[in-house]
Amino acid sequence: MSGKPKLTYFNGRGRMESVRWLLAAAGVEFEEVFLETREQYLKLIQDGDLLFDQVPLVDIDGMKMVQTRAILSYIAGKHNLYGKDLKERALYIDTYVEGTMDLMQMILTLPFSLPEAKEKNLPLIIEKAKNRYFPAYEKVLKQHCQGFLVGNQLSWADVHLLEAILMVEEKDPTVLSEFPLLQGFKTRISNMPTIKKFLQPGSQRKPQPDDKYVATVMKILKEAMYYSI
Amino acid sequence: MAGKPKLYYFNGRGRMESIRWLLAAAGIEFVEEFLETREQYEKLLQDGALLFQQVPMVEIDGMKMVQTRAILGYIAAKHNLYGKDLKERALIDMYVEGTRDLIDLIRVHHKFSPEEQEKNLALINERATARYFPVYEKVLKDHGTEFLVGNQLTWADVQLIEAILMVEEKVSTVLSKFPLLQDFKTRICNIPTIKKFLQPGSQRKPPPDESYVVTANRLD
Repeated sequence: MSGKPKLTYFNGRGRMESVRWLLAAAGVEFEEVFLETREQYLKLIQDGDLLFDQVPLVDIDGMKMVQTRAILSYIAGKHNLYGKDLKERALYIDTYVEGTMDLMQMILTLPFSLPEAKEKNLPLIIEKAKNRYFPAYEKVLKQHCQGFLVGNQLSWADVHLLEAILMVEEKDPTVLSEFPLLQGFKTRISNMPTIKKFLQPGSQRKPQPDDKYVATVMKILKEAMYYSI
Repeated sequence: MAGKPKLYYFNGRGRMESIRWLLAAAGIEFVEEFLETREQYEKLLQDGALLFQQVPMVEIDGMKMVQTRAILGYIAAKHNLYGKDLKERALIDMYVEGTRDLIDLIRVHHKFSPEEQEKNLALINERATARYFPVYEKVLKDHGTEFLVGNQLTWADVQLIEAILMVEEKVSTVLSKFPLLQDFKTRICNIPTIKKFLQPGSQRKPPPDESYVVTANRLD
Protein backbone atom coordinates (compact mmCIF):
# COMPACT_ATOMS: atom_id res chain seq x y z
CA MET A 1 0.00 0.00 0.00
CA SER A 2 1.54 3.28 -0.96
CA GLY A 3 1.17 6.23 1.34
CA LYS A 4 3.46 9.21 1.58
CA PRO A 5 7.03 8.75 0.41
CA LYS A 6 9.35 8.01 3.32
CA LEU A 7 12.86 9.47 3.27
CA THR A 8 15.67 7.84 5.27
CA TYR A 9 18.79 9.97 5.73
CA PHE A 10 20.80 11.96 8.25
CA ASN A 11 19.08 14.98 9.77
CA GLY A 12 20.62 17.46 7.40
CA ARG A 13 20.89 18.45 3.76
CA GLY A 14 23.48 16.22 2.12
CA ARG A 15 22.32 14.36 -0.96
CA MET A 16 18.73 14.12 0.24
CA GLU A 17 18.05 17.86 0.13
CA SER A 18 17.41 17.89 -3.63
CA VAL A 19 14.82 15.16 -3.11
CA ARG A 20 13.10 17.21 -0.41
CA TRP A 21 13.07 20.24 -2.73
CA LEU A 22 11.57 18.30 -5.63
CA LEU A 23 8.86 16.60 -3.59
CA ALA A 24 7.98 19.94 -1.99
CA ALA A 25 7.86 21.70 -5.37
CA ALA A 26 5.58 18.96 -6.67
CA GLY A 27 3.31 19.49 -3.66
CA VAL A 28 3.92 15.95 -2.38
CA GLU A 29 3.88 15.47 1.39
CA PHE A 30 6.58 13.17 2.74
CA GLU A 31 7.81 11.61 5.97
CA GLU A 32 11.35 11.36 7.23
CA VAL A 33 13.37 8.89 9.28
CA PHE A 34 16.63 10.33 10.55
CA LEU A 35 19.73 8.20 10.98
CA GLU A 36 21.25 9.05 14.31
CA THR A 37 23.23 5.94 15.24
CA ARG A 38 25.44 3.44 13.50
CA GLU A 39 23.15 0.67 14.76
CA GLN A 40 20.20 2.08 12.78
CA TYR A 41 22.36 2.16 9.65
CA LEU A 42 23.63 -1.39 10.13
CA LYS A 43 20.08 -2.59 10.67
CA LEU A 44 19.01 -1.08 7.36
CA ILE A 45 21.83 -2.99 5.69
CA GLN A 46 20.98 -6.24 7.45
CA ASP A 47 17.33 -5.88 6.48
CA GLY A 48 18.44 -5.59 2.85
CA ASP A 49 16.91 -2.13 2.47
CA LEU A 50 19.98 -0.45 0.97
CA LEU A 51 20.79 -1.79 -2.46
CA PHE A 52 24.38 -0.51 -2.39
CA ASP A 53 24.66 -0.04 1.41
CA GLN A 54 24.12 3.67 0.96
CA VAL A 55 21.59 6.37 1.74
CA PRO A 56 19.61 8.31 0.51
CA LEU A 57 16.82 5.76 0.64
CA VAL A 58 13.30 6.68 -0.44
CA ASP A 59 10.37 4.32 0.07
CA ILE A 60 8.02 5.30 -2.73
CA ASP A 61 5.26 3.47 -4.59
CA GLY A 62 6.29 0.12 -3.17
CA MET A 63 9.95 0.54 -4.16
CA LYS A 64 12.93 1.07 -1.89
CA MET A 65 14.79 3.49 -4.15
CA VAL A 66 18.41 4.41 -3.72
CA GLN A 67 20.79 6.55 -5.82
CA THR A 68 19.85 10.21 -5.73
CA ARG A 69 19.59 10.72 -9.48
CA ALA A 70 17.36 7.68 -9.92
CA ILE A 71 15.07 8.94 -7.16
CA LEU A 72 14.91 12.46 -8.58
CA SER A 73 14.22 11.20 -12.12
CA TYR A 74 11.39 9.03 -10.87
CA ILE A 75 9.75 11.86 -8.94
CA ALA A 76 10.18 14.26 -11.87
CA GLY A 77 8.71 11.74 -14.30
CA LYS A 78 5.80 10.95 -12.04
CA HIS A 79 4.85 14.55 -11.26
CA ASN A 80 5.08 16.12 -14.68
CA LEU A 81 8.36 17.93 -14.00
CA TYR A 82 10.37 16.17 -16.71
CA GLY A 83 9.36 17.99 -19.87
CA LYS A 84 6.99 16.89 -22.60
CA ASP A 85 9.25 14.76 -24.79
CA LEU A 86 12.65 13.10 -25.08
CA LYS A 87 14.33 16.24 -26.33
CA GLU A 88 13.12 18.40 -23.43
CA ARG A 89 14.01 15.63 -21.05
CA ALA A 90 17.52 14.75 -22.20
CA LEU A 91 18.82 17.72 -24.16
CA TYR A 92 17.59 20.26 -21.67
CA ILE A 93 16.49 19.00 -18.28
CA ASP A 94 19.02 16.18 -17.79
CA THR A 95 21.83 18.39 -19.07
CA TYR A 96 20.90 21.34 -16.85
CA VAL A 97 20.47 19.27 -13.67
CA GLU A 98 23.84 17.61 -14.25
CA GLY A 99 25.40 21.08 -14.23
CA THR A 100 23.63 22.21 -11.05
CA MET A 101 24.41 18.84 -9.48
CA ASP A 102 28.13 19.30 -10.17
CA LEU A 103 27.98 22.73 -8.56
CA MET A 104 26.01 21.59 -5.51
CA GLN A 105 28.21 18.52 -5.11
CA MET A 106 31.17 20.85 -4.53
CA ILE A 107 29.34 22.60 -1.72
CA LEU A 108 27.95 19.40 -0.28
CA THR A 109 31.38 17.84 0.18
CA LEU A 110 33.00 21.00 1.54
CA PRO A 111 32.26 20.35 5.26
CA PHE A 112 33.88 16.93 4.94
CA SER A 113 37.16 18.17 3.47
CA LEU A 114 40.39 18.73 5.31
CA PRO A 115 40.60 22.28 6.76
CA GLU A 116 43.31 23.42 4.29
CA ALA A 117 41.24 22.12 1.40
CA LYS A 118 38.14 23.94 2.68
CA GLU A 119 39.91 27.30 2.63
CA LYS A 120 41.17 26.76 -0.89
CA ASN A 121 37.99 25.26 -2.28
CA LEU A 122 35.37 27.77 -1.28
CA PRO A 123 36.74 30.54 -3.56
CA LEU A 124 37.05 27.95 -6.37
CA ILE A 125 33.39 27.05 -5.96
CA ILE A 126 32.32 30.70 -6.14
CA GLU A 127 34.53 31.18 -9.18
CA LYS A 128 32.96 28.18 -10.94
CA ALA A 129 29.48 29.45 -10.09
CA LYS A 130 30.23 32.88 -11.53
CA ASN A 131 32.27 31.83 -14.57
CA ARG A 132 30.94 28.48 -15.62
CA TYR A 133 27.46 27.65 -14.31
CA PHE A 134 25.52 30.86 -13.80
CA PRO A 135 26.55 32.33 -17.17
CA ALA A 136 25.24 29.18 -18.85
CA TYR A 137 21.83 29.42 -17.14
CA GLU A 138 21.63 33.20 -17.64
CA LYS A 139 22.12 32.57 -21.36
CA VAL A 140 19.48 29.83 -21.41
CA LEU A 141 16.94 32.16 -19.77
CA LYS A 142 17.85 34.91 -22.23
CA GLN A 143 17.43 32.67 -25.29
CA HIS A 144 14.41 30.78 -24.03
CA CYS A 145 12.37 33.81 -22.88
CA GLN A 146 9.68 31.82 -21.13
CA GLY A 147 10.60 32.40 -17.51
CA PHE A 148 11.46 28.74 -17.11
CA LEU A 149 14.58 26.91 -18.23
CA VAL A 150 12.67 24.42 -20.38
CA GLY A 151 9.29 24.57 -22.06
CA ASN A 152 6.68 26.83 -20.54
CA GLN A 153 6.16 25.29 -17.17
CA LEU A 154 8.13 24.44 -14.04
CA SER A 155 10.46 21.46 -14.40
CA TRP A 156 13.02 19.63 -12.28
CA ALA A 157 15.68 21.85 -13.87
CA ASP A 158 14.12 25.02 -12.43
CA VAL A 159 13.73 23.57 -8.94
CA HIS A 160 17.30 22.30 -8.96
CA LEU A 161 18.69 25.62 -10.18
CA LEU A 162 16.85 27.57 -7.48
CA GLU A 163 18.24 25.19 -4.86
CA ALA A 164 21.76 25.74 -6.25
CA ILE A 165 21.39 29.52 -6.37
CA LEU A 166 20.28 29.71 -2.74
CA MET A 167 23.10 27.40 -1.67
CA VAL A 168 25.76 29.50 -3.36
CA GLU A 169 24.22 32.73 -2.04
CA GLU A 170 24.60 31.38 1.49
CA LYS A 171 28.35 31.36 0.82
CA ASP A 172 28.45 34.64 -1.15
CA PRO A 173 25.35 36.85 -1.08
CA THR A 174 26.58 38.92 -4.06
CA VAL A 175 27.02 36.00 -6.42
CA LEU A 176 24.03 36.92 -8.64
CA SER A 177 25.04 40.56 -9.03
CA GLU A 178 26.01 40.17 -12.71
CA PHE A 179 23.03 37.95 -13.61
CA PRO A 180 19.82 39.99 -13.84
CA LEU A 181 17.79 37.21 -15.43
CA LEU A 182 18.79 34.76 -12.72
CA GLN A 183 17.76 37.34 -10.11
CA GLY A 184 14.35 37.56 -11.76
CA PHE A 185 14.19 33.77 -12.00
CA LYS A 186 15.02 33.42 -8.31
CA THR A 187 12.23 35.78 -7.28
CA ARG A 188 9.65 34.22 -9.59
CA ILE A 189 10.34 30.59 -8.74
CA SER A 190 10.62 31.33 -5.00
CA ASN A 191 7.12 32.80 -5.15
CA MET A 192 5.47 29.74 -6.64
CA PRO A 193 3.10 28.54 -3.89
CA THR A 194 4.60 25.11 -3.18
CA ILE A 195 8.12 26.46 -3.21
CA LYS A 196 7.22 29.53 -1.15
CA LYS A 197 5.82 27.17 1.45
CA PHE A 198 9.01 25.10 1.49
CA LEU A 199 11.06 28.24 2.02
CA GLN A 200 9.15 29.23 5.12
CA PRO A 201 10.34 28.40 8.66
CA GLY A 202 8.92 25.13 9.95
CA SER A 203 9.13 23.34 6.60
CA GLN A 204 11.17 20.18 6.05
CA ARG A 205 13.96 22.14 4.42
CA LYS A 206 17.18 21.57 6.31
CA PRO A 207 19.70 24.18 7.54
CA GLN A 208 23.32 24.37 6.47
CA PRO A 209 25.51 21.59 7.86
CA ASP A 210 27.29 22.30 11.15
CA ASP A 211 30.06 20.47 13.00
CA LYS A 212 27.54 18.30 14.80
CA TYR A 213 26.06 17.13 11.51
CA VAL A 214 29.49 16.30 10.09
CA ALA A 215 30.42 14.38 13.24
CA THR A 216 27.17 12.39 13.16
CA VAL A 217 27.61 11.39 9.52
CA MET A 218 31.20 10.30 10.03
CA LYS A 219 30.31 8.37 13.16
CA ILE A 220 27.52 6.52 11.40
CA LEU A 221 29.38 5.74 8.18
CA LYS A 222 32.76 5.30 9.85
CA GLU A 223 34.41 6.38 6.64
CA ALA A 224 37.10 8.99 6.46
CA MET A 225 35.72 11.22 3.75
CA TYR A 226 38.27 13.67 2.58
CA TYR A 227 37.11 15.00 -0.72
CA SER A 228 39.15 17.15 -2.96
CA ILE A 229 37.54 19.03 -5.81
CA MET B 1 20.43 17.09 -41.05
CA ALA B 2 21.01 14.07 -38.90
CA GLY B 3 24.10 12.05 -39.84
CA LYS B 4 26.21 9.84 -37.62
CA PRO B 5 26.72 11.05 -34.07
CA LYS B 6 30.08 12.81 -33.66
CA LEU B 7 31.99 12.41 -30.42
CA TYR B 8 34.40 15.09 -29.18
CA TYR B 9 36.88 13.88 -26.56
CA PHE B 10 40.45 12.85 -25.88
CA ASN B 11 41.70 9.76 -27.66
CA GLY B 12 41.06 7.49 -24.71
CA ARG B 13 38.36 6.04 -22.48
CA GLY B 14 37.62 8.60 -19.76
CA ARG B 15 34.00 9.65 -19.49
CA MET B 16 33.27 9.08 -23.17
CA GLU B 17 33.81 5.32 -23.12
CA SER B 18 30.34 4.53 -21.71
CA ILE B 19 28.87 6.50 -24.62
CA ARG B 20 30.92 4.52 -27.15
CA TRP B 21 29.71 1.30 -25.53
CA LEU B 22 26.04 2.31 -25.63
CA LEU B 23 26.10 3.52 -29.23
CA ALA B 24 27.95 0.35 -30.26
CA ALA B 25 25.49 -1.88 -28.40
CA ALA B 26 22.61 -0.08 -30.12
CA GLY B 27 24.32 -0.72 -33.48
CA ILE B 28 24.82 2.99 -34.15
CA GLU B 29 27.85 4.00 -36.17
CA PHE B 30 29.61 7.11 -34.95
CA VAL B 31 32.58 9.30 -35.81
CA GLU B 32 35.10 10.81 -33.44
CA GLU B 33 37.11 14.01 -33.22
CA PHE B 34 40.03 13.65 -30.83
CA LEU B 35 41.20 16.63 -28.78
CA GLU B 36 44.95 16.73 -29.05
CA THR B 37 45.83 20.39 -28.59
CA ARG B 38 44.70 23.19 -26.35
CA GLU B 39 43.84 25.21 -29.47
CA GLN B 40 41.18 22.70 -30.50
CA TYR B 41 39.60 22.92 -27.05
CA GLU B 42 39.73 26.72 -27.05
CA LYS B 43 38.03 26.79 -30.46
CA LEU B 44 35.18 24.63 -29.17
CA LEU B 45 34.80 27.05 -26.25
CA GLN B 46 34.82 30.11 -28.51
CA ASP B 47 32.26 28.51 -30.82
CA GLY B 48 29.97 28.12 -27.81
CA ALA B 49 29.85 24.38 -28.35
CA LEU B 50 30.44 23.42 -24.72
CA LEU B 51 27.62 24.49 -22.40
CA PHE B 52 29.69 24.07 -19.25
CA GLN B 53 33.12 24.38 -20.92
CA GLN B 54 33.57 20.62 -20.64
CA VAL B 55 33.77 17.50 -22.76
CA PRO B 56 32.36 14.89 -23.48
CA MET B 57 30.37 16.60 -26.17
CA VAL B 58 28.32 14.67 -28.70
CA GLU B 59 26.75 16.15 -31.80
CA ILE B 60 23.61 14.11 -32.29
CA ASP B 61 20.34 14.78 -34.12
CA GLY B 62 21.28 18.41 -34.70
CA MET B 63 22.12 19.03 -31.04
CA LYS B 64 25.44 19.59 -29.28
CA MET B 65 24.92 17.54 -26.11
CA VAL B 66 27.11 17.69 -23.02
CA GLN B 67 27.01 15.93 -19.63
CA THR B 68 27.64 12.21 -19.90
CA ARG B 69 24.50 11.07 -18.12
CA ALA B 70 22.24 13.28 -20.21
CA ILE B 71 23.83 11.93 -23.39
CA LEU B 72 23.54 8.31 -22.23
CA GLY B 73 19.89 8.83 -21.19
CA TYR B 74 19.07 10.25 -24.62
CA ILE B 75 20.75 7.42 -26.52
CA ALA B 76 19.13 4.79 -24.27
CA ALA B 77 15.64 6.24 -24.68
CA LYS B 78 16.01 6.76 -28.41
CA HIS B 79 17.19 3.21 -29.05
CA ASN B 80 14.79 1.32 -26.83
CA LEU B 81 17.35 0.56 -24.13
CA TYR B 82 15.56 2.35 -21.27
CA GLY B 83 12.82 -0.08 -20.28
CA LYS B 84 9.14 0.00 -21.06
CA ASP B 85 7.72 2.17 -18.26
CA LEU B 86 8.58 4.48 -15.40
CA LYS B 87 9.26 1.64 -12.95
CA GLU B 88 11.64 -0.22 -15.28
CA ARG B 89 13.33 3.07 -15.94
CA ALA B 90 13.74 3.60 -12.18
CA LEU B 91 15.42 0.20 -11.83
CA ILE B 92 17.71 0.92 -14.78
CA ASP B 93 18.60 4.30 -13.27
CA MET B 94 19.49 2.68 -9.92
CA TYR B 95 21.62 0.01 -11.54
CA VAL B 96 23.52 2.35 -13.84
CA GLU B 97 24.23 4.71 -10.97
CA GLY B 98 25.79 1.80 -9.07
CA THR B 99 27.97 0.69 -11.99
CA ARG B 100 28.81 4.33 -12.65
CA ASP B 101 30.23 4.67 -9.11
CA LEU B 102 32.36 1.55 -9.67
CA ILE B 103 33.57 2.68 -13.10
CA ASP B 104 34.49 6.09 -11.64
CA LEU B 105 36.90 4.43 -9.18
CA ILE B 106 38.73 2.89 -12.11
CA ARG B 107 38.42 5.90 -14.42
CA VAL B 108 40.58 8.04 -12.12
CA HIS B 109 43.03 5.29 -11.18
CA HIS B 110 45.79 6.38 -13.57
CA LYS B 111 45.84 9.88 -12.04
CA PHE B 112 47.15 8.60 -8.72
CA SER B 113 50.71 8.10 -7.49
CA PRO B 114 51.96 4.49 -7.26
CA GLU B 115 51.24 4.28 -3.51
CA GLU B 116 47.75 5.73 -3.95
CA GLN B 117 47.16 3.32 -6.83
CA GLU B 118 47.88 0.39 -4.56
CA LYS B 119 45.24 1.63 -2.11
CA ASN B 120 42.78 2.38 -4.89
CA LEU B 121 43.21 -1.09 -6.35
CA ALA B 122 42.31 -2.61 -2.99
CA LEU B 123 39.27 -0.32 -2.83
CA ILE B 124 38.19 -1.28 -6.36
CA ASN B 125 38.44 -4.96 -5.50
CA GLU B 126 36.59 -4.50 -2.23
CA ARG B 127 33.79 -2.44 -3.73
CA ALA B 128 33.37 -4.75 -6.70
CA THR B 129 33.26 -7.98 -4.68
CA ALA B 130 31.54 -6.74 -1.51
CA ARG B 131 29.17 -4.01 -2.70
CA TYR B 132 28.35 -4.04 -6.40
CA PHE B 133 28.73 -7.52 -7.89
CA PRO B 134 26.76 -9.25 -5.10
CA VAL B 135 23.86 -6.91 -5.92
CA TYR B 136 23.85 -7.70 -9.62
CA GLU B 137 24.36 -11.42 -8.96
CA LYS B 138 21.24 -11.31 -6.79
CA VAL B 139 19.27 -9.30 -9.33
CA LEU B 140 20.03 -11.91 -12.00
CA LYS B 141 19.11 -14.69 -9.59
CA ASP B 142 15.81 -13.11 -8.45
CA HIS B 143 14.88 -11.84 -11.86
CA GLY B 144 15.48 -15.18 -13.54
CA THR B 145 15.90 -13.86 -17.05
CA GLU B 146 19.00 -13.13 -19.07
CA PHE B 147 18.91 -9.42 -18.43
CA LEU B 148 18.94 -7.14 -15.40
CA VAL B 149 15.61 -5.48 -16.21
CA GLY B 150 12.68 -6.72 -18.25
CA ASN B 151 13.35 -9.33 -20.89
CA GLN B 152 15.56 -7.50 -23.32
CA LEU B 153 18.90 -5.71 -23.36
CA THR B 154 18.91 -2.34 -21.62
CA TRP B 155 21.42 0.39 -20.76
CA ALA B 156 21.84 -1.33 -17.37
CA ASP B 157 23.22 -4.50 -19.00
CA VAL B 158 25.58 -2.58 -21.28
CA GLN B 159 26.99 -0.53 -18.44
CA LEU B 160 27.40 -3.61 -16.26
CA ILE B 161 29.37 -5.48 -18.90
CA GLU B 162 31.57 -2.42 -19.37
CA ALA B 163 32.20 -2.32 -15.60
CA ILE B 164 32.91 -6.06 -15.35
CA LEU B 165 35.51 -5.94 -18.12
CA MET B 166 37.13 -2.83 -16.63
CA VAL B 167 37.47 -4.44 -13.20
CA GLU B 168 38.77 -7.66 -14.71
CA GLU B 169 41.57 -5.71 -16.37
CA LYS B 170 42.69 -4.79 -12.84
CA VAL B 171 41.64 -7.92 -10.93
CA SER B 172 41.34 -10.83 -13.32
CA THR B 173 39.69 -13.22 -10.83
CA VAL B 174 37.07 -10.76 -9.62
CA LEU B 175 34.11 -12.82 -10.92
CA SER B 176 35.27 -16.07 -9.33
CA LYS B 177 32.47 -16.07 -6.74
CA PHE B 178 29.75 -14.85 -9.08
CA PRO B 179 28.61 -17.67 -11.39
CA LEU B 180 25.56 -15.83 -12.73
CA LEU B 181 27.68 -12.80 -13.61
CA GLN B 182 30.10 -15.10 -15.40
CA ASP B 183 27.22 -16.43 -17.52
CA PHE B 184 25.93 -12.90 -18.01
CA LYS B 185 29.34 -11.81 -19.24
CA THR B 186 29.55 -14.64 -21.76
CA ARG B 187 26.02 -14.07 -23.03
CA ILE B 188 26.21 -10.30 -23.35
CA CYS B 189 29.65 -10.43 -24.97
CA ASN B 190 28.16 -12.69 -27.64
CA ILE B 191 25.42 -10.30 -28.66
CA PRO B 192 26.41 -9.40 -32.25
CA THR B 193 26.77 -5.63 -31.83
CA ILE B 194 28.74 -6.04 -28.60
CA LYS B 195 30.87 -8.87 -29.98
CA LYS B 196 31.81 -6.56 -32.85
CA PHE B 197 32.75 -3.76 -30.43
CA LEU B 198 35.00 -6.15 -28.52
CA GLN B 199 37.01 -7.09 -31.58
CA PRO B 200 40.33 -5.42 -32.46
CA GLY B 201 39.90 -2.48 -34.79
CA SER B 202 36.67 -1.28 -33.17
CA GLN B 203 36.31 2.18 -31.63
CA ARG B 204 36.70 0.78 -28.15
CA LYS B 205 39.63 2.46 -26.43
CA PRO B 206 42.44 0.78 -24.48
CA PRO B 207 43.10 1.51 -20.79
CA PRO B 208 44.89 4.82 -20.20
CA ASP B 209 48.64 4.89 -20.81
CA GLU B 210 51.33 7.57 -20.28
CA SER B 211 50.61 9.58 -23.40
CA TYR B 212 46.87 9.75 -22.62
CA VAL B 213 47.60 11.15 -19.16
CA VAL B 214 49.89 13.82 -20.60
CA THR B 215 47.39 14.91 -23.25
CA ALA B 216 44.44 15.07 -20.87
CA ASN B 217 46.50 17.04 -18.34
CA ARG B 218 47.65 19.49 -20.96
CA LEU B 219 44.04 20.32 -21.75
CA ASP B 220 42.90 20.62 -18.13
